[in-house]
Amino acid sequence: MNPATFVGPSIDWFLVAPLLALVAGIVVLLAVGSLTPRWPKGWYAGVAALAAGTAGTLAATAWERAVQPVGLAAGSLVIDRFAIVAVVAIALSTVLVAAMSDAAGTGNLEFSALLLAAAVGGTVMVVANDLVVLFVGLETMSLAFYVLAASDRDRPTSGEAGLKYFILGGFASAFFLFGVAFVYGSTGSTNLGTIAERLSSEVPVASTGALVLAGTALLFVGFAFKVSLVPFHVWTPDVYQGAPTPATAMFASVGKVVGVAALLRTFLSALPVRSDDWRPVVWVLAAATVVVGAVLAVVQRDAKRMLAYSSVSHAGFILVGLVAASRTNEPDAALGVPAVAAYLAVYSVLVVGTLAAVAHAAGAGDAPLSSLDGLGRTSPVVAWSATVLLLAQAGVPLTAGFVAKFGVIRAAVATGDHALAVVAMLGAVVAAYLYLRLMVGMWLKEPAQPDPRPVPVSTGTVVVACAAATLVVGVVPGPLLDALAGLGL
Amino acid sequence: MIAATAAPSAPLLTLLVLVPAAGAVLVASLARARAEWVKLAAIASSTTTLGFAIWMVVEFPTGSSGFQFVSRHEWIAQWGISWHLGVDGISLFLVLLTAALFPLVIAGVDAHHDEARYLAWMLLLEAGVMGSFLSLDLFLFFVFFEIVLVPMYFLIGGWGYDQRVYAAVKFFLYTMAGSALLLVGIVATAFIARERTGELTFDVVRIAGSGGFGTTEGRWLFVAFMVAFAVKVPLFPLHTWLPDAHTQAPTGGSVILAGVLLKLGTYGMLRFAIALFPEAAMWARPVVFTLAVVGIIYGAIAATMQTDLKRLVAYSSVAHLGFIVLGTFALTTGATTGSVMQMVNHGVSTGALFLLVGMISERRHTRAIADLGGIQSVAPVFAGFFMVVMLSSIGVPGLNGFVGEYLVLIGSFGEARWWVVAATTGVVLAALYLLWAYQRAFHGPAEGPNASFPEITVREGALLSVFVAAALVAGIYPKPMIDRVEPSVAALVERVRDAAQDGEVAP
Repeated sequence: MNPATFVGPSIDWFLVAPLLALVAGIVVLLAVGSLTPRWPKGWYAGVAALAAGTAGTLAATAWERAVQPVGLAAGSLVIDRFAIVAVVAIALSTVLVAAMSDAAGTGNLEFSALLLAAAVGGTVMVVANDLVVLFVGLETMSLAFYVLAASDRDRPTSGEAGLKYFILGGFASAFFLFGVAFVYGSTGSTNLGTIAERLSSEVPVASTGALVLAGTALLFVGFAFKVSLVPFHVWTPDVYQGAPTPATAMFASVGKVVGVAALLRTFLSALPVRSDDWRPVVWVLAAATVVVGAVLAVVQRDAKRMLAYSSVSHAGFILVGLVAASRTNEPDAALGVPAVAAYLAVYSVLVVGTLAAVAHAAGAGDAPLSSLDGLGRTSPVVAWSATVLLLAQAGVPLTAGFVAKFGVIRAAVATGDHALAVVAMLGAVVAAYLYLRLMVGMWLKEPAQPDPRPVPVSTGTVVVACAAATLVVGVVPGPLLDALAGLGL
Repeated sequence: MIAATAAPSAPLLTLLVLVPAAGAVLVASLARARAEWVKLAAIASSTTTLGFAIWMVVEFPTGSSGFQFVSRHEWIAQWGISWHLGVDGISLFLVLLTAALFPLVIAGVDAHHDEARYLAWMLLLEAGVMGSFLSLDLFLFFVFFEIVLVPMYFLIGGWGYDQRVYAAVKFFLYTMAGSALLLVGIVATAFIARERTGELTFDVVRIAGSGGFGTTEGRWLFVAFMVAFAVKVPLFPLHTWLPDAHTQAPTGGSVILAGVLLKLGTYGMLRFAIALFPEAAMWARPVVFTLAVVGIIYGAIAATMQTDLKRLVAYSSVAHLGFIVLGTFALTTGATTGSVMQMVNHGVSTGALFLLVGMISERRHTRAIADLGGIQSVAPVFAGFFMVVMLSSIGVPGLNGFVGEYLVLIGSFGEARWWVVAATTGVVLAALYLLWAYQRAFHGPAEGPNASFPEITVREGALLSVFVAAALVAGIYPKPMIDRVEPSVAALVERVRDAAQDGEVAP
């Protein structure tokens, strides 16, 4: 154990202000909301959106200070630019989900408070520089997610989704915790920086080496579950389908951003010395995830299930960036982390927008593919926006999705990994078919009821804003890329 | 190598891309408020584009081989990507063909429903095709090459025939699978070339001018590029999407698909795959020749067996494109000039054939050859147009098809003697399937609904006259065209041959 004497941690309150804003939102909702009569429609979700928006803005203001990573609370938290990007993505996703939850009929008090609770957990995870803090964040977020999944009490599938998520998620947390214990056992620390130091400075004896490897593997299983990598993805379709659609959007956006960001930080800042050991595993899982996710997505009959598998495929694509970033002996390995950050930011907007459109077409429950039929006639604005978002998910140029995919492929090719780049692109082609299937329904089939359907302002705003952002970033990606260029861990 | 002339006052090439794109936006925004102006707006913007294209051809300095009217602006500086457009003899007439076909199709073929959306997709398609032919930046080319899929997908899927959704999805996925490899190839090309150019750039001119690639990496990259283009052309055995897409697409879509979209593949081969990887291109020639010749003969035989007139024309495209690929890879000035000319000629003659088949299917609501017969006796003018267009497609001397095919065969003979011998049978077969189809559909007595087959209307006649005039001019006096195409091709062929002979600069 580090013999340094205990000093009460000093805390830079400004840097933790995003967390405080989120917590304040929860307090307002739970304390004030539960003591006062029912608020007018949209207010609960509005408070959640306001809190998340404030958190995101506060996080963004620390951008200049975070040129160099700033340690907080005795090095258990770290604020760097990568963390800020992740926090902003979390906050933005939360705002969008809160906005869409109102029209989807789930914008009640508990739901809004749980959204913020999940965002708190997620924020802790992406700034955690210590495996124990990471675990605390993971559990906070996961517990909120379980309840969100089960929050539609009228639909049995929602309860089923919650239970499934809870049981499998509990397993994953246990794996993760075992991993933390093993890594601690071999290095004597849970601090990411200290772990890296000890792993590189000491000559590990045989038993320690095995412990580290076992710990690494168990940590990876925990993360793989959270970001739903094949073969740890089996919960994803059931949970995504059963949960109310806004909750699904939250899992797909915040869940993915946080899981990947924490995975990257843990593996790249604590375990880079061992990267030759874990890279092959990540390589294989990334390739398998892209392909299996896409292939299984194609045969689904429910739009939410389909998007669940598509999110699996996206997770594999993102990990291609991790593989690239881990090749630290290559001069271009530094392209990996910015590519992943861009992908996460773009993907969270795409997926929330897409699910908002699905929620408009099918409500918050199940979304059979036929529910999208003829959306081009009944709600053309939503259909156009959804088309842009789907094309972006397929990686068509001039959309943000292409920028994201291109960045990852570029990182892979620059580090000499042509094979993985080709596999990922072929997976993307298979995935393109599923987005086409959704578009076929919207544009080329006749609606069940041909009358135009009014689009609620909040849903319309979310979908159109996401689509507009997608196009803007797709046509003028320079500013985003410049901002993310120097990102590292 | 680059002898850019002083740019004219207007950014001509940028306008060629942006005017149709702006037209698409205009049409889409007029759809609600001023539905009656939609078609006018579409015609106006595509005609304006044609005007710029004609201006470009007039200003184009005959005898120069470099890129003209080059327009270059930084786009994504961080990735070394710029908005870099230029035109040379190879792309000049393809751009003109694109600019001419779109207004003709927009003015001459009706959408039947959802006109505004149809026209908006058409104009967006035009912008994408223009961008593909004009891009001198690999990334920019990929963007346009890929973006073209979206409007075409919606055109086939939204306005096509019974099996339209299947055909549209097949078209999209086949092409996208090819471009998946292309994207990886493009990025790898840029990163490998960085060692010589000193910075990351996607500029084709700089990459091509910076020396050769190592043998192994050059061949891998060549294959990655070629797969994408071979799907687009389509080269046997990657052609299976084409009959479905062509047959199910609406008439306007088929004309554009056959007229210009397929040329993106052959153009891409010449401009990118061959120009960037000369050694690999020479290495791959036997395989490409074989596939091209198999495509010629297979396409012709398959066309002969078709019962659906539109499918017949579609398979004839497979055969014609085989000639173009053969000439492109023969890499002699004559053959490659011939195949560039043939790219344009095929656009004119097959485009017109698809228009005629579309007119038949509008009149008779069938495309089955067996249901037709004796049309010549009731609609002689219509039959006359069909005859001329058909002869131009067969390659009868005096019409445009002859010039390109002749140059290809003569020019390739020294390079690929036995392949050319085999390919020549394709010329005979072309006469067989088209004349036989003509005989069955147009000769004999007109019975049943064929007896009331309406004669050609003034509008249709005017539309087809443009095609026939182009076929005649290009067939009787092709010299102006050859004079402009040949220098660029000669420079390219010389460079490729030198590079392939020197072997590679460094492994």
